[in-house]
Amino acid sequence: MAAMFSQNPVMNGPNYSFSDSPQTNAPEGAREHRFDPYTDNGGSTLAIAGADFAILAGDTRLTSGYSINSRHHPKVFKIGGTTADQHDATLAISVVGFAADGEALKERLDAICKMYRYRHGKPMSVKACAQRLSTILYQKRFFPYYSHAILGGLDEEGKGAVYSYDPVGSYEREQCRAGGAAASLIMPFLDNQVNFKNQYVPGSGEGHALQERERNPLSRNEVEVLVKDAFDGAVERHIEVGDGLQMMIITQDGIEEVLLPLKKD
Amino acid sequence: MDHRPQAWGRPRDDVYGAYDGSYLQSGGPKTATQSPVVTGTSVVAIKYKDGVVIAADNLASYGSLARFTDVKRLRVFLGTSVVGFGGDVSDMQWLDRHLNELAIDESYDDEPSPSSLLSASPNKGHGKLNAANLHVYLQKLMYRRRNDFDPLWNQLLIAGLDAAGKPHLSSVDLRGTAFTSPSLATGFGAALAQPIMRRHAPTEEAAAALTREEAVGVVQECMKVLYYRDARSLDRYSIAVVTKEGVELKEDEQLERQSWAFAERIKGYGTQTV
Amino acid sequence: MFRNNYDNDSVTFSPQGRIFQVEYAAEAVKQGSVVVGIASKTHAVLVAIKRNAEELSSYQKKLFPIDEHTGIAIAGLTSDARVLSNFMKQQCLGHRLSYGRNMPVRSLVDQIGSKAQINTQHYGKRPYGVGLLVAGVDEQGPHLFEFQPSGMTEEMQAFAIGARSQMARTYLEKNLSEFASCGREELVRHGLKALKESLVQDRELTVENTSVGIVGVGKAKDGSTKVEPFKVYDGQDVNAWIDSVADDKEAATAEGETMEVDDE
Repeated sequence: MAAMFSQNPVMNGPNYSFSDSPQTNAPEGAREHRFDPYTDNGGSTLAIAGADFAILAGDTRLTSGYSINSRHHPKVFKIGGTTADQHDATLAISVVGFAADGEALKERLDAICKMYRYRHGKPMSVKACAQRLSTILYQKRFFPYYSHAILGGLDEEGKGAVYSYDPVGSYEREQCRAGGAAASLIMPFLDNQVNFKNQYVPGSGEGHALQERERNPLSRNEVEVLVKDAFDGAVERHIEVGDGLQMMIITQDGIEEVLLPLKKD
Repeated sequence: MDHRPQAWGRPRDDVYGAYDGSYLQSGGPKTATQSPVVTGTSVVAIKYKDGVVIAADNLASYGSLARFTDVKRLRVFLGTSVVGFGGDVSDMQWLDRHLNELAIDESYDDEPSPSSLLSASPNKGHGKLNAANLHVYLQKLMYRRRNDFDPLWNQLLIAGLDAAGKPHLSSVDLRGTAFTSPSLATGFGAALAQPIMRRHAPTEEAAAALTREEAVGVVQECMKVLYYRDARSLDRYSIAVVTKEGVELKEDEQLERQSWAFAERIKGYGTQTV
Repeated sequence: MFRNNYDNDSVTFSPQGRIFQVEYAAEAVKQGSVVVGIASKTHAVLVAIKRNAEELSSYQKKLFPIDEHTGIAIAGLTSDARVLSNFMKQQCLGHRLSYGRNMPVRSLVDQIGSKAQINTQHYGKRPYGVGLLVAGVDEQGPHLFEFQPSGMTEEMQAFAIGARSQMARTYLEKNLSEFASCGREELVRHGLKALKESLVQDRELTVENTSVGIVGVGKAKDGSTKVEPFKVYDGQDVNAWIDSVADDKEAATAEGETMEVDDE
């Protein structure tokens, strides 16, 4: 299944994605019976946790093979608000991979958060929601939701929190994470720009024994610029990423949504 | 991407390797899964100022055989929305019956209630499902069937209006993948018609500036290009215009002003000049 | 000594054609404190008197939000009401998931009607000991429904159920013609006035014992209808309303929409 997310189509000339006559030694007249329930709808997501905010972002392109199905198909959603317009939501989730699974996952988690809020009279904490999301994913271990989910919110201390998942529920709280088609393009950029990996203070030691650049939390504006740069880069190098950039900025005052244009080619 | 409905939902050989059909030998587990048999080709649709224009030809193919030449693939729902069907025709007919039941159930709720006399919009009808609602419903239906490994082998376009009375156009396919766009096309149309429509309506704003005549013209042009290039298409087609006034459906249109002059110049696969 | 042989279960008719268990359940509704509901062209409101078992205890909740477009007021057994309210919440969530819209209020009420009726026709079951007023809005506008343990449901323009509710109903009947054109605040005041009619001697509306629930429809900026979500107001939030219907102010308060309580 790993091949599902393969970013490099076979480049050995024009070919169908299947052979016209399937190899079979079935009895005369038998037809091939097989349905592949999964597909990859491309796109990319990214989340960064700040000192008192968290940003979730995703492009808005929806693809199927070389076709662009839609130029505006959001991948980031507010969840757990009391109403359908989610005006009082405190959490956000991004999903990328197989779009139908991603949205089904989002709707299930949203319903759970809504019931929690209805029963307890307060919104679910990110920590609790993160654990619950893991359980939901693992419950479908043998017919997984084929999506890379990232959950964002503010923790009990008001610090930005980002949790990232694999399709079967393994999860971890992180400072930042990129997901989807261009994850492998964006993630090294984030390592360098958010966690200052491979950045050293010049002249602070002999040879390679240099002092690492000190890590301090990034401001909201810096992060927003970083997100835009990451996606501009991904758009250049990945055909499944583009059209629009959707950002959810989670702060103490609520969730702010920003929509920016990306290249449409 | 391969646009033949037969290819939809099948594992890619270049990803998975050649398909191993050995399990078909005998008995084995029950498989509810099918593949499409009699199929319809593209459906195309575009939004404009006051509504949506949607069209599909009247052909149902059996493989490469043009088997039924009078099959209507646009279906009106509650007089307010249109669903266009690409892919398997028997699944389309099942969906048609299912939508009929849904429409009947919905109409039962249509009795005027005592409060409708004092409500802001008296007797408007009790919450008729609009195209946006129908889209959500069909997405859930298709996704559920894919989860049961018993998919309905179709791609659907849903045309109509949303709760705010604005034009609504959306698509659902056999895996439950759903999306919206100012213009949409299924099957071959995604490669041939969509570029033409996107020239006229690249954005929602551009679509909202189109007139009805322009939108109908674009769709007719698309149907012509599809007939020129899609070997599984027909020059008889259905076209519907959905507005807040209702649905105007014409089911026996003939492609006009065809010119096959370009055919003489075609040699090989495009790069050949001698 | 006389003993009623026909009230041991809810499946046996008495020779007079009555089902006593269902009638007893209706009595349970009359034990609950009074709730009033009114619908206008734009809003539906529920108002209720909360009771506390003793001075030191808290007040029992009477209004419950169901979904953003619907809420209920209860009279009778609170625990039975919670079963129904959870069921209604699930139905609304399910409907929204399947159709992407607010569940039509009538369908929702029909569902609890059918659910309650089953309890009146199966051996070993017991009717719900609670009556509801359901206020909601849908594409058709605001609605108010009454629900009884028998499974009976009926759409109302204004209604009251619970202890001494007859006096409130009398008030509502007298002022019925005004309700349709009432605005939000006016409607709440009518509800509170009706509620006052049903109060026992020496009791008054206070911020502790009064609950107000409001749901409505308005116009959004783009001209589409927008739902004002069902919201319950308790405590200091209802103070201004209570003051405006206080006996001494009655004459002074002219009609009009001058009072601003809602902070939205």
